[in-house]
Amino acid sequence: MTRAHDVLLVGGGGAGLRAAIAIAESNPRLDIAVVSKVYPMRSHTVSAEGGAAGVIGRDDSLDEHAYDTISGGDWLSDQDAVEAFVKEAPEELLRLEHWGCPWSRERDGRIAVRAFGGMKKMRTWYAADKTGFHMLHTLFQTTLKYASIARYDEWFVTKLLVDDGRVQGAVAIELMSGRIEAIPAKAVILCTGGCGRVFPFTTNANIKNGDGMALAFRAGAPLKDMEFVQYHPTGLPFTGILITEAARSEGGYLLNKDGYRYLQDYDLGKPEPRPVLRSMELGPRDRLSQAFVKEQEKGRTLEGPYGPYVNLDLRHLGEKVINTKLPFVRELSLKYQNIDPVKEMIPVRPVVHYMMGGVHTDLNGATPLPGLYAAGEVACVSINGSNRLGSNSLPELLVFGARAGRAAADYASRQKDPGPAVLLQGVDEKRRLEHELLHRTDGRERVAPLRTEMQKTMEASAGIYRSGPALAQATDKLRQLRERLRAVALADHSRTFNTELTAALELSFMFDVAEAIAHSALNRQESRGAHQRTDFPARDDARFLAHSLVHRGADGSCRVEYLPVTITRWPPGERVYGR
Amino acid sequence: MPETVTLQVTRYRPEIDAEPVFQEYQVPLHADWVVLDALNYIKDNVDGTLSYRWSCRMGICGSCGMTVNGEPKLTCATFLVDSAPGPIRVEPLGNFPVLRDLVIEMGDFMRKLPRVKPWIVRTDEKPLAEGEYRQTPEQMDEYKQFSMCINCMLCYAACPVYGLEPEFLGPAAIALAQRYNLDSRDGGAKERREVLSAHDGIWGCTFVGECTRVCPKNVDPAGAIQRYKLTAALEELKGFLMPWRAR
Repeated sequence: MTRAHDVLLVGGGGAGLRAAIAIAESNPRLDIAVVSKVYPMRSHTVSAEGGAAGVIGRDDSLDEHAYDTISGGDWLSDQDAVEAFVKEAPEELLRLEHWGCPWSRERDGRIAVRAFGGMKKMRTWYAADKTGFHMLHTLFQTTLKYASIARYDEWFVTKLLVDDGRVQGAVAIELMSGRIEAIPAKAVILCTGGCGRVFPFTTNANIKNGDGMALAFRAGAPLKDMEFVQYHPTGLPFTGILITEAARSEGGYLLNKDGYRYLQDYDLGKPEPRPVLRSMELGPRDRLSQAFVKEQEKGRTLEGPYGPYVNLDLRHLGEKVINTKLPFVRELSLKYQNIDPVKEMIPVRPVVHYMMGGVHTDLNGATPLPGLYAAGEVACVSINGSNRLGSNSLPELLVFGARAGRAAADYASRQKDPGPAVLLQGVDEKRRLEHELLHRTDGRERVAPLRTEMQKTMEASAGIYRSGPALAQATDKLRQLRERLRAVALADHSRTFNTELTAALELSFMFDVAEAIAHSALNRQESRGAHQRTDFPARDDARFLAHSLVHRGADGSCRVEYLPVTITRWPPGERVYGR
Repeated sequence: MPETVTLQVTRYRPEIDAEPVFQEYQVPLHADWVVLDALNYIKDNVDGTLSYRWSCRMGICGSCGMTVNGEPKLTCATFLVDSAPGPIRVEPLGNFPVLRDLVIEMGDFMRKLPRVKPWIVRTDEKPLAEGEYRQTPEQMDEYKQFSMCINCMLCYAACPVYGLEPEFLGPAAIALAQRYNLDSRDGGAKERREVLSAHDGIWGCTFVGECTRVCPKNVDPAGAIQRYKLTAALEELKGFLMPWRAR
């Protein structure tokens, strides 16, 4: 075992680092460990581009941000959580400014804000179009000044340690050496991000495998709202690289094969030459991605080597605006698509981007399992409901990272040290990993083909439009694939940086997540936000104004229950955009 | 265009190999494939034992730096066709210990980084209620390019001084120190001076400029170092001429 810590964070991205600082500041005596399978500055927060929402304008109000978020989420957001979120977002963004984040500025030196999809006011703070990169590096560099934050860089967590009904640490593999260790702790915060790699075409980095969701699920915590998977409308066709929504908030057009701004046909408003808030290209992501599918069905998309696409036209913005506001868009288009957006249109199509669902938590990041907390994309509080608005996820990881950090610090300071039973579990887990994976030679199956089959199954059944029969088929198929996963053997038996071993463990995590998504989607017989059922095309508040909670049975099966949505001041209404 | 290209990839498995060897793989030569796509093809279809780091595949996480045909590169941004017909040689980044195959050990940089205090240092912190520290776009331009460093280690791999003098702080760490020194909101330049002005700080650099040339994010570490040499020399002169003002 390693030495015991007070609070252990799994994941060193935006949420994890914010939580770590919150703990260090709330109680300097607490011993904090950040365990991450990559160096923290490699975490996927780094890829976030467009910005972070927080009310600062005099013409804006917290209630308007709350309403945009709640209507954007098709009334599945918990409104008490949204109220806390919009209130704390501006101060968290400001705190990051004090820590040195290079937010883009007005000429007089004040913070600048930009428009974003589904937002009625300009309230999105940005650092050009590398917002996540600057936030992550600011947070990481700031953590370096706290002696109480220990890091386990490139340690891969395989299991949570649960004893006496409480989470008391984790087991992890040090990738460099291959040693497997129990890391005891009085509390654990999961900050592992999303699970986009469950699908074949995603903006998500290779490391986004739903690790934390599966760890919590296996330890006995339920997953919430897993059927809500966000497709971002503008990804590059081959790579899935994200072209930020900021490209549209600066005035970009989405055009079909006839050069027509097709969103006007989907109840999103009338085309104006300049961007109009909550209208057309500044509509919410779910509606824009759905419009693409409808456009494709009408035969009005273009056809490329990687399937259908539409064009994102930025040419009228001019080189100066593109270079100052969207330099990364230009860099990515030039480098990866060989296209200069100053002169040419960018081919784009919808791409899996974000998980609205996640580990069920309360407003302080606490899961129903004592000692276990979660924050950021891995968690579902829920502020995002059935569809997250662009630029709400970065402030979310700050607000709820800090909240979870403070709550876990408070909890940990009242706990005894983890007992010997926890260490025995570590020994068991070590034996399991060695026996089932590292030393095994008799398996018939390989990691990569199984992963591909799982991803194809998810795309075919749990994409932008879904149906009961396709989802039922997917749950069967996933069960068969999981049987085959038992027969996986590795070609690599080395202890040193064994990435085939981690890929196999990640695949196993992704199966848990995929099954949770498919079962939740099958059970929700309505259409809401990002979950669109062709066999149940209407929203059904009578039956489904509720969060799904998936529990894992002892045999690995999924059981879906429902939890009412918290409504405070905004009764369910119609989502209106562009009118 | 030929249909395939040969990759010559460094293999080093410390349990088996006494020293690194090259292994050849044939991979499809697609126009839009980067070197990283070829490595992933090998890993998934040919040889599951090949080890390397990668994550975002969009040139921002900094994980996938390797030596491609002798040059330090982000493999997610290096197209196969640019080296066609090949063979394409893929090796771990130079100047670092190799853990295995294409995976280097970068703990040295991670230990050096905190020494330059890459965070905002201020004696008087104003409350959040008083809002942001104003900073004009011009003030931001002073340090902005140094804040673009993704810690990919290409500059350390390219730096001949780091190759000979492992104690040298190195290009990225110095550029990040300057990122804060030049930030109008920071007051920590004095605290960073000792580390930067030491013989293994800026004075280690002989201004070869390779760091700036290989940087995939257009950061200019060589410029940061040269600029700081001037600052340090002036401070020293001030200390000599006006001892009451130094420190």
